[in-house]
Amino acid sequence: MRLHEFQAKEIFEEAGIPVPESKLADSVEGVVDAVDEIGFPAAVKAQVHVGGRGKAGGIKIATSEDEAREAAEDILGMELKGYTVDRVLVEQGVDFDDEYYVGVTMDRGAGEPVAMVSTKGGVDIEAVAEEDPDAIAQEHIDPAFGLQSYQARKVVYDAGVPAEYAREVSSILSTLYELYEANDASDIEINPVMITADDDVIAADAVMNIDEDALFRQQDLADMEEDSYQNDLERKAGEYGFDYVRLSGNTGIIGNGAGLVMATLDLVDHYGGTPANFLDVGGGAKADRIGNALDMVFADENVESVVFNIFGGITRGDEVAKGINEALEDFDEIPKPVVVRLAGTNAEEGMEILNTDLVQVEATLEDAVQRAVTNAEEVAQ
Amino acid sequence: MSVFVDDDTRVVVQGITGGEGKFHTEQMLEYGTNVVAGAVPGKGGQEVAGVPVYDTVDQAVDAENANASVVFVPPAFAGDAIFEALDTDLDLVVAITEGVPTQDMAKVNKRLSEVDTSLIGPNCPGIITPGEAKLGILPGNIFEAGNVGLVSRSGTLTYQVVSNLTDRGIGQTTAIGIGGDPIIGTSFIDALEAFEADAATDAVAMCGEIGGEDEEQAAAYIDEHMDTPVAGFIAGRTAPPGKRMGHAGAIVSGSGTGTAESKISALNDAGVPVGDTPSEVAEAIEELL
Repeated sequence: MRLHEFQAKEIFEEAGIPVPESKLADSVEGVVDAVDEIGFPAAVKAQVHVGGRGKAGGIKIATSEDEAREAAEDILGMELKGYTVDRVLVEQGVDFDDEYYVGVTMDRGAGEPVAMVSTKGGVDIEAVAEEDPDAIAQEHIDPAFGLQSYQARKVVYDAGVPAEYAREVSSILSTLYELYEANDASDIEINPVMITADDDVIAADAVMNIDEDALFRQQDLADMEEDSYQNDLERKAGEYGFDYVRLSGNTGIIGNGAGLVMATLDLVDHYGGTPANFLDVGGGAKADRIGNALDMVFADENVESVVFNIFGGITRGDEVAKGINEALEDFDEIPKPVVVRLAGTNAEEGMEILNTDLVQVEATLEDAVQRAVTNAEEVAQ
Repeated sequence: MSVFVDDDTRVVVQGITGGEGKFHTEQMLEYGTNVVAGAVPGKGGQEVAGVPVYDTVDQAVDAENANASVVFVPPAFAGDAIFEALDTDLDLVVAITEGVPTQDMAKVNKRLSEVDTSLIGPNCPGIITPGEAKLGILPGNIFEAGNVGLVSRSGTLTYQVVSNLTDRGIGQTTAIGIGGDPIIGTSFIDALEAFEADAATDAVAMCGEIGGEDEEQAAAYIDEHMDTPVAGFIAGRTAPPGKRMGHAGAIVSGSGTGTAESKISALNDAGVPVGDTPSEVAEAIEELL
């Protein structure tokens, strides 16, 4: 789960990391009021979960009230990679001499966190990592002991941060690690840390991603999640508690278990179709959950055909069949053709229960997917 | 022969009194697994499915001579439960729990490097040696004893490939679900190493998925160290970058690491055929045998 810049900055500021003065606004008048308070120049920044906001026109600098009004009119309501901008952060503009990168993330291969510092901040750090990996200094952190002060200094000096700023930058890094641990972050970064014309060190941007598996003990952060859904379908999936990812194709996919659902998507592609979504009903799904999954997939207007692929371990084929029947019997007319493939626990019982007036049944994964792809082609015509 | 578990394995179930713990204890017993104890704080002295329950893993091990544990404890307490198991000098800990916070697993991972115990999981279906023992939630009836090892990051995808193998009359020595989380105990390499050392395993099926670099590292290991032939499958070819595909670990990063293409080409370079469909994996295994 990704926090918005303004949310992350609030957390940073509370922890003592210097950030520019800023105000959140959701209207043109709100932006004008904010610049009156903050002064010029001011940056108007779209609050959406999109990388490269600046390039896409989501950040504008205003040096007068008219420019601020114009920037607000341009940015509020604009579409950025599928997100509608409904809030902007109005922030004090800063003259800077230098831009650094400071961050902490989990190194999955090593199984422990790693702190990273670079003096090549202000640009896409993944591009720096690719072109000039030596420009990013790294220090692995023992999760049992945390980041030691000497480690924070070491990685800052290794990165080549000049001595006069080293203390402040390493102090920011130490605070970032504390926040990383306390908030169950999966990534936390400031890009850039700015060295201002007045020699101040401040966090000009803020990125914070939270481990979704830890939200049960991060209630304040979990409450912010509502803001992070990209569209109504993802919101609906959140309410139903499904792992759901929307794609751009027309064959809807419902299955149990992440690996098997991914493999089903791949098979749709393999047979020349286009997957509309990833939807994992999880283990042990009962009839009502199966009905919710169908409701979810039918809610996507791109879907022309649906394939169910269930391999029962804890999930029982008869429960799945019951859920499919109940959900489809509610319709006067089935919106789109549904192909079902059941295997594993109680699959035979499930096959017997399934109402074949409402669904098409196939015995193998390959046959089911091929039939769903053909259905999608026929319906689309 | 088999790897990690057999009919001598003596199992303590952590979280045996919970719904999942109880149900799967019954299933494991029915399969013939030696479930000798349960461990749940505050529930010592009770019995579940005829199995005595103790307050701590240590007591259970002392009283019943267990050498392996299966963890069915909810995510908030799973990290602690794994620590408890690792501190009890068991040979093997199998963590089924899905949704353990990553930072808890980083600490577990640190402890793991200090002890001789192996960890499988978390967020995994467990491990089965057909006809001998199953530790976890795998449906026993789809497996058959035989000469092919199987290692996979996913549960139901494992079942799919196993049924494709069994349909062809190909049985399994041991099948291991290593789990779909970013930080796990037993890696592909650990499992491959065990199968390579197992005289009864004549071929290995390996099911990977997008995210991380474990499959690439496994490919390098296969290339350098393995005589036993391997066939593979990689799920997630159509997954978009930046989206978590169900498993916490199944994500292609924005910069493009962890893609299916990278894994497939690393495996192909190591001489490992990679099936486009799960049944093609079974077909490849049949050819390798």
